[in-house]
Formats: sequence, C-alpha cells, structure tokens
Amino acid sequence: MLVIENLSVRLFNRIILHGVNLHIPAGEVHVLFGPNGSGKTTLLMTIMGFADYEVISGQIIFNGKDITNLPVYERAQAGLGLSFQRPPTIKGVKTQQMLEICNRHSQQDYRPLVEELNFQDFLGRDVNQGFSGGEIKRSELLQLLVQSPTLALLDEPESGVDLENIALIGRGINKLLRRQWPAEESAECRRKVREERKIGGLIITHTGYILDYVDADRGYVMMNGTIACQGNPREILRCIKEVGYEECVRCMI
Amino acid sequence: MHDLEMKKRAQAALDKPAQYGPDVDLSRFTLIAPQESYQEDLSQLPAELSRQVLSAGIETGEKGRSGTYFQKNHSVIHCQIHQEGVEILTIDQALAKYDWLKDYYWKMIPPDQDKYTAWAYLNPHHGYFIRTRPGVKTLFPVQACLYMEQDNLVQNIHNIIIAEEESELDIITGCAARPRMRQGLHVGVSEFYIKKGARLTFTMIHNWAEEMDVRPRSAASVGPSGIFISNYVSMKPIHSLQMYPTTWLEGKDSLARYYNILVASRGSELDVGSRVILKAEGGRAEVVSRAISAGGNIRARGCLVGKEKDIKAHLECRGLILERGGMIQAIPELEGYLPGIDLSHEAAVGKIAQEEINYLMARGLPESEAIAAIVRGFLTVDIAGLPTELQAELNRVVEESEKTLL
Repeated sequence: MLVIENLSVRLFNRIILHGVNLHIPAGEVHVLFGPNGSGKTTLLMTIMGFADYEVISGQIIFNGKDITNLPVYERAQAGLGLSFQRPPTIKGVKTQQMLEICNRHSQQDYRPLVEELNFQDFLGRDVNQGFSGGEIKRSELLQLLVQSPTLALLDEPESGVDLENIALIGRGINKLLRRQWPAEESAECRRKVREERKIGGLIITHTGYILDYVDADRGYVMMNGTIACQGNPREILRCIKEVGYEECVRCMI
Repeated sequence: MHDLEMKKRAQAALDKPAQYGPDVDLSRFTLIAPQESYQEDLSQLPAELSRQVLSAGIETGEKGRSGTYFQKNHSVIHCQIHQEGVEILTIDQALAKYDWLKDYYWKMIPPDQDKYTAWAYLNPHHGYFIRTRPGVKTLFPVQACLYMEQDNLVQNIHNIIIAEEESELDIITGCAARPRMRQGLHVGVSEFYIKKGARLTFTMIHNWAEEMDVRPRSAASVGPSGIFISNYVSMKPIHSLQMYPTTWLEGKDSLARYYNILVASRGSELDVGSRVILKAEGGRAEVVSRAISAGGNIRARGCLVGKEKDIKAHLECRGLILERGGMIQAIPELEGYLPGIDLSHEAAVGKIAQEEINYLMARGLPESEAIAAIVRGFLTVDIAGLPTELQAELNRVVEESEKTLL
C-alpha cells in the first residue's frame, strides 16, 4: 500500500532523511522507533506532503500511485490520515467543525465515535484550545476515525497521555486500524476480519508503550535519518529497553 | 450649559480636527437633501435597497423585530414600535415630548469635541430615541437603519438610547449606503444611558460605500449592576472611519463589553478604538477586537482606565494581515490609579500560521478553503450575554462579508 524508495529529505537547509526505504503492505501496522531527532516525524510529515519538507531524492508510492509531488489535501483525499503529535489550536474553529471537515468524504454518522472517545463536551470548543495531552490525542484519534483513512500515520499517539486515558487511546487505535475483534456473540469470523482489513498504519513511538495495546506487524529503528534496523516490533522494543539506542548506533558503524 | 453658549462653542470648533483619523474637508459636502416620503410598509422599498440594508442586519420585512426606525438621507421614512413599554421616536419628537430629555442630550459628548460633533450640533438631521421603560424586556431586537444614497451628502445623526432600571433592550443599528455612492459623510452622535440593573446590547453593522467617510461619536453611562454590550462590525470597503466610543462605568458592579470586527480592504483607513472608564467598585470590562487587513490600514485602539478598587478589565486585540500593502497597528492603553486593580491586555498582529493551514489540509481541505476556515474562525467571537438571535444575525453578516473578502 505504501512504498517508500530511497527517500532523502531536506528541511530548512539541513538534510534530515538519507535514502529511507519502507514498505507497508495493505492491512499491516508498522512501528517506528528511534531517539528524539532521528527523523521519525520528518518521515511522517514528508509522507503527508507538507511544504517545508523538500524531497531531494526518491519517491513515495501510495496505492500504486506516485504521490511524491501531490498537495497535502489530495493525499488526504486519497486516503492518508495523520494524527499530529502537537496539533495547533485554531481560534474560532470548533472541534465539531473539524469533524465535519474530516467527514466530507466519508459521510458517516460519527456521533457514536464521539461518545466512544467520550468527547461530547469538547465539540463546541475551539479545536485543541486548552486541551490536555490526553485530550489532544483523543481529539486527533477521533478526527482520524471520522476521516477513516486507508493508511493512518500516528505520531506518538501515547505521549503525554495519563494511565487512565492510554487504554482508551489504545482501544481507539485498534478500532481505527480494525484490530478490534468483533464481539463474542458476533457471527463474524475473526480470521476473516484479519484477512479482509485493508487499513494500514505507521506509528511513531518513542517509549513503545503503545505496543501494550496495539499489535504491530513490523518494527523499525530510525537513527540519524536512516532505517538502522527492522524486524519483530516486540523484539526490537525489548532490545531498546535492555541496551538503549546506543546499541543501534554501535550496530550501524 | 445654555443653548446659546453651546452654539457659540460649536461654531468655534468648526475647524477643529479630530484627535485621530484623517481629516475630512467638510466643504466637499452638501447639507441639503430633498424630503423623502414616509413608508408605512417597509417591504415596499426597492429590492436593491432592501438587500443593501439586509447586509447591515436590517429586516425590511420587520420579521423578528420589535420596532423599526428607518432614515434615508435626511428623512425619517419609517418609525414604528410593536411592543408596549418600548419607545421609538425621532429625536426631535422625543425632545418635544419630554422636557427631561434635555438632561440627556449632548451631555456626554461635548458639541465642541471636534469639527464633526460641532457640525452635527449645528446641522442636525434627526436620529432616533429608543427607550425601554423600567422592567421591560424587548421581545425582539429593535432595529434602526441609517441609509444614504445621495452623492456628496452629509448625514448628521443624533441618537439617544435609554434602558431604564431593570429593563433589557436589544438594538441592531444597520448603516448602509447605495452601492458605488460617490463621496458622502456620516456623523453619528450616540448617547447611551443604562440605568440600574438594566442591560443594553447594541449591535452596529456598517455597510457603507468605498468613497464614504464615517465619524461616529458615542458615549455610554452605565449605572449600578448595569450591563452594556456593544458589538461593531465593519467589513465592507469604506474610505475612512474613525471612532473612539467611551463607556463610563458609573455604578457599582457594572459591566461593559466591546467587540469590534474590522476589515480594511485596499484604500480603506480604519481608526477604531474602545475606551472604558471604570469609576465604581466591582466594575468589569472587556474590549475585544479582530482586525483584518486585506490591503487597507487599521489602527485598533483600546483604553481601560481603572479609578476604583476591585475592578477588573481586559483588552484583547488580534490582527491578521492577508495581503501586502496594508497595515495594522494595535494600540492598547491601560491606566491604573489605585492599588488592587486588575487591568490587562494582549495584542497580536500576524499572518495566518502555516501550521494551521497544514492541519486543515491534512484533513482534506484545499489550501484556499483552509485559509477561509481560519479567517472565519478568526472573526468568530462568542459574545457572552448576546441574545442568540443577535449572535445568529452577527454570524450571518460576518459570513456573508467574509465570502466577498476571500
């Protein structure tokens, strides 16, 4: 679904990404680990297509189409969705309006989603205005759920979230990525759900906590703007926990 | 002051420029306009005129209005109230009817303040008197329309608004001119009296023409526990506008709120301030302005003066520059005279943040629509205490104007 080939990116006169390769097949969730400043967010922003992120080589293929030079909104309309780590507040633009904007193409009744994320009281407020860390993540997740992208890019969905909210966020992400099993009394076959889901995900995590809630298929470690390592996400996380990112640095030399 | 003395002072002030704003040469204008006929039914007015005043919040069908004052050039063409306990008269009728009104007339604004007030004093062209009797609440807003269509005309208006004790009065004043009207000058003197426990919300929407100069002169006095909410919208092209209304919070626990929404397109010069003088204990005030330059100049002033203990007031000015060639200057002033007062301000002038555009584009909005949504949000002020129908009217007017802006 998403193929990134030899991607190098410059941001404000500095080259941040150096020849990144990445492949996310449909229905898979991949996790990107890496220390601060390694280029994780730059990769997500470049996939989304923001103007400051200048692609100097390589390409981004999404659902078979080269989107490297597509404007942001066309990528969104093509099925890319991004959960921002630190979204801006927009004065006078209500959360409800954001949901309406997200719902333009999906045209669904999103009220149950609002309730599920316990966000009814925020709809009339300016988006992100005075939201706590957890509320921002819930707001982002809710917007993505309404937008229902085919590839969700989640930038540190668990950062700044308290323990109470992290389970809620975890459930929301599983719902977004169709990793929530059908209810037990449901006749739906779980294997069928798994095999038929199309939505993919790319999750940036600094701490790895999100893996307690979301089953990821593949993990990467990003170091100094390149993918230093890839494999089973839990194994990678265990390794980072035991020996830290320093080991990855050593590995690269 | 004796009338003769006032007249002398006004005459002496005929060349006195205003403290702020570009000077207008009064000799360019004519003081003479033909008499227009009275309109029993406003819905019979020409469609173009109706459309033009509707953009200023005036319903010629009078739907959802408690009464209407309608002045065209120098003629009052309609003046009718539909609710008992609410009065609407021309200022001349009111002065003839109530002897006591002279204690309210030209009391807060001196005729010799500047050449505009002097001219308005010496050459009055009507204006309205609106009053709610004690304890009466307007069921719907009262509307007042000041319309100009004669080229080179000056319209000198004097209004007096009185909300008697414990009454609630909502007013929409819509000012408009014939589209593409050649030069014209509107001078509007307004004196507001909000008595003990009363609440006045005054919403003024300007929809003037590109070559017009406008000089409103207004002042308000608020009694104990009284509330004065003033909303002002000017989003259409205008040659020059200068005003600096002042509210005196005279009574204990009184409250004033000013909300100004200003848009200056190329060639427009706007100098708009709001001043609140907190003279009594427990006074509260809030002054909020939103200024957008689409090529024109805006000076957004604000002044809070704290003269009594336990007062609290805040000034907020935000400016957004959409294109080159224009300028926004925010000039907030705070004056405190006592320990224990709380006056604050915040001001910001800038362009639309790319980050906000990115955020909306990532949700699927094309850039132009993202900018429109941000501008609309910028102009959205949730006004505490504003009746819902007035807020809806305000939103409608702002939205309509914002469409032509972008």
